[in-house]
Amino acid sequence: MENFLTFFSFSDPNVRYVVLGTILLSASAAMVGSFILLQKKALVGDAVAHSVLPGICAAFLFSGTKSIPLMLLGAFATGWLALVAIDYLTAHSKIKKDAAIGLVLSVFFGTGIVMMTYIQQSGNAAQSGLDHFIFGKAAALVGSDLLVFSILAMVILITVSLFFKTFALIAFDRAFAQALGYPVRRLDLLLTSLTVLAVVTGITAVGVVLMAAMLITPPAAARYWTDNIRRMVLIAVLFGTFAGLAGAYISYMAPAMPTGPWMVVVSSLIAFFSFFFAPRRGIVPKLYRQRKNQRIIAEENAMKVFYHLGEQHGNFMDQYNLRTLMGQRDMGATNLRAALQRLQAKGWVTVQHGQWSLTDDGVGKAAKVVRLHRLWELYLTQYMAIAADHVHDDAETIEHILTPELERELEHQLGYPDKDPHDTEIPKG
Amino acid sequence: MIIQTPDPVLEVHDLTVSYARKPVLWGIDFTLPAGSITGIVGPNGAGKSTLLKAIMGLIPLSSGYVKLFGEPLDIVRNRISYVPQRESVDWDFPVSVLDVVLMGRYGKMGLLGNPGRHDRDAALHCLEKVGMSAFAKRQISQLSGGQQQRVFLARALAQEADFYFMDEPFAGVDAATEQAIIDLLKDMAAAHKTIVVVHHDLQSARTYFDWMVLLNMRLVAAGPTEQVFTEVLVQQAYGGRLNLLSQVGDLMEKREFPTREN
Repeated sequence: MENFLTFFSFSDPNVRYVVLGTILLSASAAMVGSFILLQKKALVGDAVAHSVLPGICAAFLFSGTKSIPLMLLGAFATGWLALVAIDYLTAHSKIKKDAAIGLVLSVFFGTGIVMMTYIQQSGNAAQSGLDHFIFGKAAALVGSDLLVFSILAMVILITVSLFFKTFALIAFDRAFAQALGYPVRRLDLLLTSLTVLAVVTGITAVGVVLMAAMLITPPAAARYWTDNIRRMVLIAVLFGTFAGLAGAYISYMAPAMPTGPWMVVVSSLIAFFSFFFAPRRGIVPKLYRQRKNQRIIAEENAMKVFYHLGEQHGNFMDQYNLRTLMGQRDMGATNLRAALQRLQAKGWVTVQHGQWSLTDDGVGKAAKVVRLHRLWELYLTQYMAIAADHVHDDAETIEHILTPELERELEHQLGYPDKDPHDTEIPKG
Repeated sequence: MIIQTPDPVLEVHDLTVSYARKPVLWGIDFTLPAGSITGIVGPNGAGKSTLLKAIMGLIPLSSGYVKLFGEPLDIVRNRISYVPQRESVDWDFPVSVLDVVLMGRYGKMGLLGNPGRHDRDAALHCLEKVGMSAFAKRQISQLSGGQQQRVFLARALAQEADFYFMDEPFAGVDAATEQAIIDLLKDMAAAHKTIVVVHHDLQSARTYFDWMVLLNMRLVAAGPTEQVFTEVLVQQAYGGRLNLLSQVGDLMEKREFPTREN
């Protein structure tokens, strides 16, 4: 708790650096990442992230110090080279894009690791901490570097904001953008440069390996919550910021913990949560809606059973035991009992000594379902020329979803009929 | 048979287009008059969409040139509207119907500008013209095929262009939408706009278009519908793939031969 307060009071200047740095880098990564995701170039982002490593090492070998500007330059150079290589391979060889991305990523990252191992064994004292660039260490952010990274992050945020509508158009309809005369290739170049820049911004805090996750995961999660691109980018930035903050905090609490992996874990948790629980698109709400439909179907079918028995006996409020009800329609004892209990709670059926019957309200509800069934059967035979003995199964489903408006429209089109195709009476509404 | 027009708004001159060195359009040469509705008609694989893309500068030309209003495309771009095939975009993209129509205004505001009130009003007005006002706030994934096509058309209208190129606007749309679109195109032509439509239904072609380009990798015929849309010429366009032409094309691809000597 004390740590929590110390951290979030931001009184420690180191904490301030770290927090500011991670927020800026997560926000800018999420913003660029949104457009990479929408352009369906997520894998390219991953490849770029891995490909900056040899550049960083080369810069170190060249200068012998951990000069941030030089390293950025190196990272930019190899990140770029990787993109060019992917494009070239795709255009001029039999290798398809996914394979080209995989190849380039592993070749560049492999080279980077070889160079880094060489540096670490070279005995150069300045190299200590270089390995942070693989998995990241937010605590390694110091004042002067932070300034550079902050400027880069601001450049990214401002550029993406300025080109927001342009990037969105290219992602949605490239040909149209080209036809408008947009310099699409140069804008592609700009977006990929921003991607490299975003990766570079995150090198110290997140590391090259996991930076791709900070680009892609927050926007992918955000997509679940909205259908509006502006809101999506905003939510992605918020998710990214939260993940960045959480990663920095955990790494602060437990200094042995690398920041990057924790940021990624947190943003993945957000993504999983969105995947399962986002309203409308999430899996759980979807399952819930399906379950609700199944319940409605079971309840309405149970009421139809009463109604059909009532038609046979001439009294809709007769009492029946479970066995008789099940004899009328095969719907499983558990299912039927559960449906009856729910109907009882709604006041549409009552039970006395194991004998079930419809209430007054229940008769009306049951009549309505039967009515919709028979109206639909009639519609199918009259308007779609389907034989009378083929319409029942279809009507069994449709009866549960017809709205009152559709019911009125059906009646109107059918001329307010009395009998269904099987010459059975259609109950009055 | 090529019937040229004296005062053309579109001049396609000796246009050849290749994909990976294999020519898919050979020496296309025709002109179109202002205020016409032209159908580009031909069998599958005839290069109809390719021709449209080549005119719009979306794919490189192996030879020839295109002039619109007597100028190269770059000079007159703001007078030209292009409607890509409906299937060419991802309709699950997180934008609303109004957002898509507003894209039609982007040509007027530069790379960094943003649509203002005037643009919104214009976009809403265009939606009204295609009967989609009620859908302005809808997310585009909720639209039917016909509605998607109407939105694309509204976006084209929002460009307020003089020349419209439409790639298969009638593909996969309901009969009501097809009628609504053709009515709109006729209104536009009456207002002296020029319209070029890629179309594959021969039956409706005669009534929809007053000018016709019959295509099958090469130009079979171009001219007023009543002169060009004859059984003989249509038979030529649809009479199977031109065997020798595609064989030569295959050979050029295989030998990695240039389309022109230099």
